[in-house]
Amino acid sequence: MTKVKARFQMNHRFLVSVSGLIVLIAALSLTTMPAAGQATSKAYTAPRTPDGQPDLQGVWTNTTYTPLERPKNVTKELYTREEALEIIKNAADVENDQTEPGTILDVHYDFTQFGLDRSQGGMALNLRTSLIVDPADGKIPPLTAEGQKRATERAEARKRMGGATDAVQNQPLSVRCIIMDRAGPPMLAGAYNNNYQIVQVPGYVMILVEMIHDVRIIPLDGRPHLSENVRQWMGSYVGHWEGQTLVVETTNFNGKNPFQGSSENMRLTERFTRVSDDTIRYQFTMDDPSTWTKPWSAEVPMKKAIGPLFEHACHEGNYGLYNTLAGARAEDKKAAEGAAKATSK
Amino acid sequence: MLLKTVMHREFYQMRDRFRRSTIIPVTVVAVLWLFVTAAAGQAPAYKAPRSADGKPNLNGIWQALNEAGWDIEGHAAAPGLVTALGAAAAVPPGLGIVEGGPIPYQPAAAAHKKENFEKRLTLDPEIKCYLPGVPRAMYMPYPFQIVQTQKFIMMAFTYARAVRTIYMDDHKEAPADSWMGWSNGHWEGETLVVDTTGFNDQTWFDRAGNFHSDALHVVERYTATSPDRLLYEATIEDPKVFTRPWKMSMPLYRRVEKGAQIMDFRCVEFVEDLIYGQLRKQPGK
Repeated sequence: MTKVKARFQMNHRFLVSVSGLIVLIAALSLTTMPAAGQATSKAYTAPRTPDGQPDLQGVWTNTTYTPLERPKNVTKELYTREEALEIIKNAADVENDQTEPGTILDVHYDFTQFGLDRSQGGMALNLRTSLIVDPADGKIPPLTAEGQKRATERAEARKRMGGATDAVQNQPLSVRCIIMDRAGPPMLAGAYNNNYQIVQVPGYVMILVEMIHDVRIIPLDGRPHLSENVRQWMGSYVGHWEGQTLVVETTNFNGKNPFQGSSENMRLTERFTRVSDDTIRYQFTMDDPSTWTKPWSAEVPMKKAIGPLFEHACHEGNYGLYNTLAGARAEDKKAAEGAAKATSK
Repeated sequence: MLLKTVMHREFYQMRDRFRRSTIIPVTVVAVLWLFVTAAAGQAPAYKAPRSADGKPNLNGIWQALNEAGWDIEGHAAAPGLVTALGAAAAVPPGLGIVEGGPIPYQPAAAAHKKENFEKRLTLDPEIKCYLPGVPRAMYMPYPFQIVQTQKFIMMAFTYARAVRTIYMDDHKEAPADSWMGWSNGHWEGETLVVDTTGFNDQTWFDRAGNFHSDALHVVERYTATSPDRLLYEATIEDPKVFTRPWKMSMPLYRRVEKGAQIMDFRCVEFVEDLIYGQLRKQPGK
């Protein structure tokens, strides 16, 4: 067991050190994502691939400190540059704080060895106060009655499953290495490794997500979505070009990875527009009338990053999950023995 | 006499011109034929359509159509290991894809292979949905897609959603060991040659326990032999396990059905009870 644990830590440190290296090279070169990006995108014309598609190829990161929804105490749409930099600095300082020796966090992330401050990885300076751009208040629209009912049912179903460490199925999908928020879709950043590689060939755009090596090979040939009964984790996706913008429409979700309470009927539209040599504007619209009173949209800048992507063999090295559950069962056993002793006395 | 001499000379000149004009092209064609045939190994001299950079275009969805996934060596049909699955989990008979006799294991490695086979139900990494490694990924009974550009050739596999990146111009040594290895590629005429190292020792070649160490070195050759067929050849080298390098080869076929695509085979979910089931909290405890 000790060996397994040591190996887990070593693996983790190695991963962190690799990303740390990438991070240092990328070295804080913050480029500003124009808050009102429309103006710039018109002026910029993306290079073309040999078959004439706007060229989105390369390694990109969507790392950000900007929350999906606008914080409660904020009313404006945009920060000033100074305010935005201050927020990044404070958030980075919190992430760099030394963990307390002997705590779970300290075992998982030894910050004295390698920083896990996401600002180091290179990120676009986003002046927006929320990723959500529509509605204008930066908040997810209210749930419909059906959406509320589903949320309640899901919470009850979750309770019936028991505690988080009672069974592997009670753990989050990302901890189980099934799917991560980076993959989505929609694709949103997590704490680290928010890296993507885009490769284009005639008829397809391929997006490789570093986390769990998740791939979407999006067909551009105008084919229909999969038949309605075929439901997948990442749905069924088809794409087309609208001028400079790659539009990807996804349906056929399986409902096992709801996004902000969505149903399996959600229809997602993503738009990728290269607005400068080193920035892609990623926009998405969630349309799910059975969940929200109206569709809503968000926008995230993706900044050019330094590759290559490394193999993220998540499930294969998932000692943490095994040890979490094994630890919980050891605690159960200890508690049962304690109780037995108490009654025998 | 004079006339005869002139005519004679003209005849020879004409004949020489004729010879020169035909012999040279015939020779060139013959030499090229030999060259192309030699470069493509067993392959007939088929010339694949080109991609934008002038290289053979291997884009598409491909799949092996053989039984190597069960055992890369020739084998007779055999019962499966799960009684309840009956004929559905039986081992289908196959000719094998290994060339030139049995796999040349070192004695200790041969014993290890035998043990792997006997304990395959608990040791085979495929059963746990672990990344398949190379070459195993190439002949599992699922399709994979090649996405080919000048700089990168990507391969996306159905099984475990595995991915290979083949670096075509930025050749590097493997930065760390990995499940799918680190692949550098180049073109030799009609053939894509992929050199892969940097493997860990966790993957197998098949369900029969054929295995390798972290010293594995795979050199693959992909050659289009018709619009919908590739010849796949791989030389396997591993001085810790085998007495000499050995070779496997097989055709890969294009999935031609309308709307063919790599679908989501996210098998982690299917193996959780197998791997973590004994750690489920017992009721009343």
